[in-house]
Amino acid sequence: MTKANESDELLSVSHVSASAGDKMILHDVTCSVGQGQIHVLMGPNGAGKSTLGHVVMGSSAYTVNKGTIVFADKDITSAGVDARSRAGLFMSFQSPIEVPGVPLNSFLKAIVAQHDNLDLKGKRYKKRIAEIMQQLDMDPSYLNRELNVGFSGGEKKKIEMLQLLLLQPKLAILDETDSGLDVDALDVVSRAIAAYRSSCDGALLIITHNTRILRDLSIDRTHVMVNGHLVAEGSGLLVNEINHDGYGRFIAEAEADQQ
Amino acid sequence: MSEQQKAQIDDVDRSMYDFKKSERGYERVSEGLTPDIVEEISAKKNEPTWMRDFRLKSLEIYNNMSVPDWGPSIDGLDMDHIVTYVKPNTDQKSDWEHVPDDIKDTFERLGIPQAERSYLAGVGAQYDSELVYHNVQDSVAGEGVVYSGIEEALHGEYADLIRSHFMHLVPPTDHKFAALHGAVWSGGSFVYVPAGVTLDFPLQSYFRLNAKGAGQFEHTLIIVEDDADLHFIEGCSAPKYNVANLHAGCVELYVGKRAHLRYSTIENWSKNMYNLNTKRAMVDEGGSIEWVSGSFGSHVSYLYPMSILKGRKSSCDFTGITFAGKGQDLDTGCKVVLAAPETSTSVQTKSLSKDGGVSTFRSGVTVTKAAEHANVSVSCQSLMLDDISRSDTIPAMDVRAEHVNVGHEASIGRIGDDMMYYLMSRGISESEASTMIVNGFANPVSKELPLEYAVEMNNLIKLEMEGAIG
Repeated sequence: MTKANESDELLSVSHVSASAGDKMILHDVTCSVGQGQIHVLMGPNGAGKSTLGHVVMGSSAYTVNKGTIVFADKDITSAGVDARSRAGLFMSFQSPIEVPGVPLNSFLKAIVAQHDNLDLKGKRYKKRIAEIMQQLDMDPSYLNRELNVGFSGGEKKKIEMLQLLLLQPKLAILDETDSGLDVDALDVVSRAIAAYRSSCDGALLIITHNTRILRDLSIDRTHVMVNGHLVAEGSGLLVNEINHDGYGRFIAEAEADQQ
Repeated sequence: MSEQQKAQIDDVDRSMYDFKKSERGYERVSEGLTPDIVEEISAKKNEPTWMRDFRLKSLEIYNNMSVPDWGPSIDGLDMDHIVTYVKPNTDQKSDWEHVPDDIKDTFERLGIPQAERSYLAGVGAQYDSELVYHNVQDSVAGEGVVYSGIEEALHGEYADLIRSHFMHLVPPTDHKFAALHGAVWSGGSFVYVPAGVTLDFPLQSYFRLNAKGAGQFEHTLIIVEDDADLHFIEGCSAPKYNVANLHAGCVELYVGKRAHLRYSTIENWSKNMYNLNTKRAMVDEGGSIEWVSGSFGSHVSYLYPMSILKGRKSSCDFTGITFAGKGQDLDTGCKVVLAAPETSTSVQTKSLSKDGGVSTFRSGVTVTKAAEHANVSVSCQSLMLDDISRSDTIPAMDVRAEHVNVGHEASIGRIGDDMMYYLMSRGISESEASTMIVNGFANPVSKELPLEYAVEMNNLIKLEMEGAIG
């Protein structure tokens, strides 16, 4: 696998502060992800990891008070969510939303139609869907079911992975995609990530507590977030350290900083 | 998409329903409502004396009743300015080629002859006050099925049958506009399906009101005998005028033992229409009535199809959707009377409101003392698409029998930000995402419709949504 140059930046978050209502959540966050790189964002519960993902994706639940977000050489700080997706950004939701009455198949067709880079018309679309569903151990009858309605947690995550493989984004943010999954489902997610990497060499920002899905990945950078601050950044080895020692050191440092 | 482009799309699509034709050579009675006008209508139709007397009696009842005081305002409706009868310059034909060009063009633009050729067993088309076309496939007629104008049937072998059923389910005393209907009714279809006959394809009657300031009062009478099966589709539309138009039709359905009738309606009256329509079905032992009802048009609607389950184990399924946009106050729902043991009903409705529209779901379910072991399930969901629109649910239940199973659920909500965000995060635009959510919401209703009508319904929703965004 070819690694992109460190300076070949895909996503660059500069000094971003963001709030939800009156509550400040992210404080002066700066980080960047290069083309094709794998980054991991770790931190204790409630640190603001998912918020960072949603702020990059453009959720209207958060207000960016300060800073800029540049993706694929464009300032997307105030771009619409749909425009960000069309530019090649993807986020796998921790809790995918149920949309009653909308068949999965129509939804997938609709999203494919929004992405000009995909050449998936007619038969090619069908073939590709069948291919991915087989890869992910998904029953083809899922296509006729309503989007995420009545699916188990594991099935919903598979539907997220199906979309990831279909859209082949430049950067995929995986928000705790592995949480609450059994071993089989974790395997499927790991396979999906590997397939995504090999099909388009897309970059990843993985938000996780769990290191199982990281096991087979070559991680370029690890970021640690505590109380809305990015407090540490290091190589993939940092994952092992946290795995071993927990967040105690980072929390203590953050508290010391704030005093 | 720019504002201008949207407006253009809106205009083009509206033209599908909103186009007017000249009334040159048409007969019109004077505005308003007097015994003379009623007699004039009756005389033009050369109808039996009993019917003329029935009309005059209905007019008396009308004059002695007050307008309903519990629903949307109908102050804008001034009966002194409504023309109750407009006859186009043609008689009823059974070949589209013989229908005058501008009327034929109207129905072609609405897709009626095309639909007839591809998937209907028969079609009736009414233009203003009179039917201009009626035809039924020979094979269907050969099985003894009658599908004709109700007025022509008044003179034929079914005259007595009509006399013993006409406005017996919906008597003129039912409410003021039923009385009005009794006085000035004109046109409409008669269907008779003999015992044991199943129609493989639907019959469709389409009602088009072209005349400005006029009223349409068609009467639909359907008798489905024991063990027979029919799907009947009713469609209606009108161009928009700046004066009030009135629709006060009446539908009476008789469903025999173990018979099945599905009655589907897509109503798309223009937004100057007062739609004060009355529909009622009576179902015999083991029979079933299914209503599928889409209400998109009109300025004000009062519409509550009623089912009387008088035979043991008879049933009623009601599936409805109402979409109230700008300037619309749509009060819709249904009524069910369960009057025999082991009867059952299932009601599922969806109502939407946007741009200040008001959508009210009103239902009345009565379980009489006789209806032991009845099953009732009512579910109504409302979706408001913005902060200035309103949705209300007014469900009433009156249960007097023992051992009854009753379920009711209602929900009122708005389009969820989380749904919008999720769909948009996959590249779908804001307007498409909301249309997708609304179509999904309506899906349980549209999937009950034949494909072509489901497409029409989705188009109507799309049309309303395009006006809603931006």
